[in-house]
Amino acid sequence: MSQTDLYTLVGSALFVIGLYALMTRPHLLHKVLALNISSSGVFFVLVGIARRVGGPVPDPLPHAMVLTGIVVTVSSTAFALALAKRIYTETGTAALDAADVDVGESLGG
Amino acid sequence: MTWETTALVIAVTAPFVTAVLIFALGERRDAARSGVNLAGAALTVAAVVTAAGAAVAGAPDAYPTAGIALLDIGFGLRADLLGVLFAVIAGVLWLITTVYAIGYMSRASDRARFFGFFSVCVGSAIGIALSANLLTFFIFYETLTLATYPLVVHSGTPAALKGGRTYLTYALPAGGALAVGVVWLNLLTGPVEFAAGGSLDPALATTHPGSLVAIFALLMLGLGVKAALFPLHGWLPAAMVAPAPVSALLHAVAVVKAGVFGIARVVLEVYGPLGPELGVTQALAVVAGFTIIFGSVRALAQDDFKKRLAFSTVAQLSYITLGVALASPIAVAGGIAHLAHHAAMKITMFFTAGAVAEEVKAYRVSEFDGLGRRMPLTMAAFSLAAIGIVGVPPVAGFTSKWLLGIGSIDAGSGWVIAVLGISSVLNAAYFFPIIHRAWFRTPKPEWAHGPAAGRPEGDMRMIVPLVITAAIGLAMGVFAGMDLSPASWAQTIAGWEFPW
Amino acid sequence: MAEWIARQLPALVVLVPFTAAPLAYLLGTGFGRQIALISALLSQPLAILLAVTVVREGELRYEVGGWGGPLGIDLVVDGFTAVMVLVTTVVGLFVTVYALGYFGNRERYRFFWPLWLFLWGSLHALFLSGDIFNLYVCLELVSMSAVALVGLTLRREALVAAMRYMLAAILGSLFYLLGVALIYGAFGSVDMQTLREVVRSDTTGQAALALMTVGLVLKTALFPLHFWLPPAHSNAPSPVSAVLSALVVKGSFYILVRLWVDVAEPMAFPGVSTVLGVLGSTAIIWGSIQAFRQQRLKMLVAYSTVAQIGYLFLLFPLVTGGGQAAADAWMGGIFHAVSHALAKSAMFLAAGTVLARFGHDRIDGLGGLSRRAPVTAMAFGLAGVTMMGLPPSGGFVAKWQMIRASIESGEWWWAAVVVTGGLLAAAYVFRVVGPFFGREVDDLDDADLNAGPSPWTMESAALVLAIGALVLGIVGQPLLDLIMVSAPALVAGVTP
Repeated sequence: MSQTDLYTLVGSALFVIGLYALMTRPHLLHKVLALNISSSGVFFVLVGIARRVGGPVPDPLPHAMVLTGIVVTVSSTAFALALAKRIYTETGTAALDAADVDVGESLGG
Repeated sequence: MTWETTALVIAVTAPFVTAVLIFALGERRDAARSGVNLAGAALTVAAVVTAAGAAVAGAPDAYPTAGIALLDIGFGLRADLLGVLFAVIAGVLWLITTVYAIGYMSRASDRARFFGFFSVCVGSAIGIALSANLLTFFIFYETLTLATYPLVVHSGTPAALKGGRTYLTYALPAGGALAVGVVWLNLLTGPVEFAAGGSLDPALATTHPGSLVAIFALLMLGLGVKAALFPLHGWLPAAMVAPAPVSALLHAVAVVKAGVFGIARVVLEVYGPLGPELGVTQALAVVAGFTIIFGSVRALAQDDFKKRLAFSTVAQLSYITLGVALASPIAVAGGIAHLAHHAAMKITMFFTAGAVAEEVKAYRVSEFDGLGRRMPLTMAAFSLAAIGIVGVPPVAGFTSKWLLGIGSIDAGSGWVIAVLGISSVLNAAYFFPIIHRAWFRTPKPEWAHGPAAGRPEGDMRMIVPLVITAAIGLAMGVFAGMDLSPASWAQTIAGWEFPW
Repeated sequence: MAEWIARQLPALVVLVPFTAAPLAYLLGTGFGRQIALISALLSQPLAILLAVTVVREGELRYEVGGWGGPLGIDLVVDGFTAVMVLVTTVVGLFVTVYALGYFGNRERYRFFWPLWLFLWGSLHALFLSGDIFNLYVCLELVSMSAVALVGLTLRREALVAAMRYMLAAILGSLFYLLGVALIYGAFGSVDMQTLREVVRSDTTGQAALALMTVGLVLKTALFPLHFWLPPAHSNAPSPVSAVLSALVVKGSFYILVRLWVDVAEPMAFPGVSTVLGVLGSTAIIWGSIQAFRQQRLKMLVAYSTVAQIGYLFLLFPLVTGGGQAAADAWMGGIFHAVSHALAKSAMFLAAGTVLARFGHDRIDGLGGLSRRAPVTAMAFGLAGVTMMGLPPSGGFVAKWQMIRASIESGEWWWAAVVVTGGLLAAAYVFRVVGPFFGREVDDLDDADLNAGPSPWTMESAALVLAIGALVLGIVGQPLLDLIMVSAPALVAGVTP
């Protein structure tokens, strides 16, 4: 198994873990974190691909993509958190459907 | 652009421009709206007459045409003999109906909406008449379907909305069937232009007979709804909830005749000799024959005056379909002549229904006893039209039925004579009692001495138009032998349609 | 000068809204409105010129900053791109005019202007992108500004709908990005022109395409991944609803079409396009039935979008037939996107006028609307004609081409779906429009909601868009020609 394959596998696993959490966790903070884990998985795959060319110098293009991706993810995470906080102040719960979250799980409180 | 071409374009666009102006003027400016409407209608009449003149003067390859590129067919207009006949009928009767409607609607609400959509309907009907190909025809045909809806539901009552729903339930699936038929036919043959004598390649009858029959069925399903062929006629009686001018111009002339006109285009100018060869026109003739008897029988049982007229229309429309389907030049001439004759007579009858309803609030045949005393002019016009529909000479209906009869013998379809005979008896049976009641039964006491002294028998804006249309119906019969009468015109058209 | 503008056109159509956006933010509400209007007006000639240039010269390429690939960003304009830019620009202008009246000078909506301009620029950038990674960035830009616009009112339902939308959007983008990574890993490029030459139908390629498709299908809200759309589109302020339904869903659809029909066409296998077609058909039926069952006008219109998106996906099975059928499917699908954009924005704007004026959008409470608000009732009704696909509307030409393609390829069942969908659309349109002509109900009292709206511009903007969609069926031939300029190999070589 090459290094690239390993990175691809691990990245894909992270992506799936994030996906699973996004689907099952009702709390908005969990959902945002889940998306972060998924995006880390994607970046892992990209970083691994940079090694694909062989030789001492890795392909710089995937790195550029990861950097761009990180910028996008950071901003969208910030935005998602702000939105989640606003939902909490408006509705009193940090979930899409109030019935999904019991008080104990309500991290925002 | 020659001036004939300009006239052709104006004939189709003027009603739509009129509609836009009417909508823009809004509800309150009645005088301006009436002025714009009458001017638009007059301009339309002038334009269609000019285009008709060019069509009469020109040979088939010299008809005025206009169009723009659209899909592989083009959006095309053409003033040919058959088309201008329908366009002239629609245009002239629109002008007369506008006068009537201004009187009829003077106390109604939502007048801007009414007259606006009315103009759109007329524009679509004229567009249907002057379409050069099936795509253009279909575009105007469906525009007519939609623009009629606001008029059917105009009063806004639950009954009107229900009538509108019934109308759409028939009309929209029909549009779907028509669309598939038109697309399929275009794929099979390339762009389908209308051409006298048929435009399909005769070889197709041997290579694709199944497809051609299926396409014909789809097209008839689409056109048969407006033409009120049994069993697609159910919407027409339901649509009688509409105001009288709508029933008069649209449900006796523009909308329903758009259906039969479409059938004529498809049978004569698309399928041509392939129709009888594939056996599809024979089937159509049988359906039309049955519809004639069916409509007449149903009309007998109606006490509601407008419903009786509606079932009469169902039957009379099938005269035209039958004539077109018989594949004999004489029968086709009879059918096409009936398109004009029935228009003049039936619009008179619906005008009567509206005038009577407005003036003495009588809606049922059983309420008509002695009405001739109270509204002599109106009932005289009605009686004249009724006699014409029954087929008594010299009123117009006689000429078309005569041609149809001769044509059916010419086509070797003797059974049609029986249908015509039975139908005429039935026509008499449902119209003569009305005439009898109006003139020979004892009137209600307040009707016995006619209209109040010094007062006319009703709003003259309604009475004068119906007298004029009755006179037109009479004139079409009396002068049937003259060059530009609908009957001779129809015979010329039929001559073009049968080069085979 | 004229020549310089002509050369810089691809960059200018992106730059104008992107320059206006921060200006509108920095200068505040009063100036923001004017900047938006100036940007909208300035974009019109640019988009038209771009279309004209493409018709004259074929595909255009523009290297941003002169860098060129593989590190630089290339903008590419073919007929498909030019059409999408054109429709975005036209809808954008009327939405802007409408929004001037709708939001007025109210301070709490000051962020509408920069966000809307930003969304507008992002859409243009997306349509012009020449590589699949830049498409990812644009997708995210579009999504983020769209989400922010959904939550603009800060109403509770709007915030929740925005959050649901955001989670779906980010997830969709991640699926897409993972696919991009695999493509780059397998074929060593993200440039679509290069990819067109090198893609092969191997496991990695197919996996990548599958991931991208799932992500984009989620973002386009194709049944059954449409759950986020109705709440987001109906709870957004109406000008935003119009943009979302008319343009934003078309962004991800655009990428999907690019991938399947243009770039990765050798990888396309009939099975997947059939699945997309079946999902599209289900969307048409299911979305229409749901639309019919709604109690609120904006929800009905939103479910109508779910249904109309279904038609777009009929492009995939129909285009695989090749030959004339492929060309007809291509023209039909894209023309549908265009006419739906005009008609759906008209519908949402009309619904917005109703909501703003009468304070509610309950369908049962709209009886007699044609008397109380004739222009708005007319706009909604005319837009409905396009939804039904009846002539003379643009929807008719689109469906005509789709029915044609399905008969040509012998797969008549797609034609049956198209016709059935039209009838179902008639059912939900007339459920609303019928009562417009009925007796007035008490619910149509003016709710004195806001200070200084200009109903005249609002009502006319909706009407003009609806009329545009309506006449597109007669005067649409130039657009059909534009759609075919530099069309993908699969559909090219055949003229309409």
